[in-house]
Amino acid sequence: MTADLEKAEAAPAEHDADHIKHPTPKQYWLIALILAIVTAIEIGVAYVDALDGAPVVTALLVLGAIKFGMVVALFMHLKFDKPLYKAFFLIGLVGAIGMFIVVLLTFRAL
Amino acid sequence: MADIVVTDLDHTEHADHHDVKPIRKTAMWVFLGSECVFFGAMISTFLLYRNTTNGGPGSEIFDIPFTSASSFVLLMSSLTMVLAHNAFENRDLRQTRIWLTGTALLGATFLAGQIFEFTEFIHEGLTLPRSPFGSSFYMLTGFHGMHVALGVILLAAMAVLSLSGRLYDDRGLNVELVGLYWHFVDIVWIVIFTVVYLLQV
Repeated sequence: MTADLEKAEAAPAEHDADHIKHPTPKQYWLIALILAIVTAIEIGVAYVDALDGAPVVTALLVLGAIKFGMVVALFMHLKFDKPLYKAFFLIGLVGAIGMFIVVLLTFRAL
Repeated sequence: MADIVVTDLDHTEHADHHDVKPIRKTAMWVFLGSECVFFGAMISTFLLYRNTTNGGPGSEIFDIPFTSASSFVLLMSSLTMVLAHNAFENRDLRQTRIWLTGTALLGATFLAGQIFEFTEFIHEGLTLPRSPFGSSFYMLTGFHGMHVALGVILLAAMAVLSLSGRLYDDRGLNVELVGLYWHFVDIVWIVIFTVVYLLQV
């Protein structure tokens, strides 16, 4: 254990600059609570008989996008990180969505 | 002038450290971007074949309450992961180890749920060669499960490294990079859960 502490103290403060901007543990718990609530709403929406077709699809996609965005921005710290990281991730994300649309349009499944 | 010399010496001392870390983090983001395209292709394939069941079982066999519980477990593992990273940044090795172990256990729980789900589906007749629906479903969720399994191994390795005090050894993967990978596995499941499970109800 002593070795652990020595190692930890000897390690350079590589994250200090980033760490200032990151959420606190309390805020992380709050974010997780919001994510859990959004998940519960998603499941509820999927089972509501009154809703059908496009409204359900839209609602589920929006709720899924909210969860996706919160995890990427706040848990993966992309909101606080370098624009270069955002660019690389967005290139992949836009590529995936673009391919998704092209494939489904090509096979007339959209 | 003396200040400049001292600054230069200090900078040289940690030159390797400062040069390598951003490159590895950039490489991880490039990798995650490429993984978006990989899973995008898999999800597109599933949506193409979602109604091609060849008379076999389709999405009606999905057990949404069970999968919802699994999704919740994986979502909460993102919380424990970010708490591990926070403790790592604060040089709290004990808390880092606890949260890393917790994340690995939640990941293992999700995997156990997926194995149970696959077993149930196979009993109900949904096998890999049964239909294009079955093939695309197992390929997508199976590949995601393999990513979770790799993440659990990496998390367990990090927890073991923390015992020997080598967690801050910056030559290999560190908690931040493993965390990015783990959160990515979680966001992929957010998409799979919405598109593959909930939209098919």
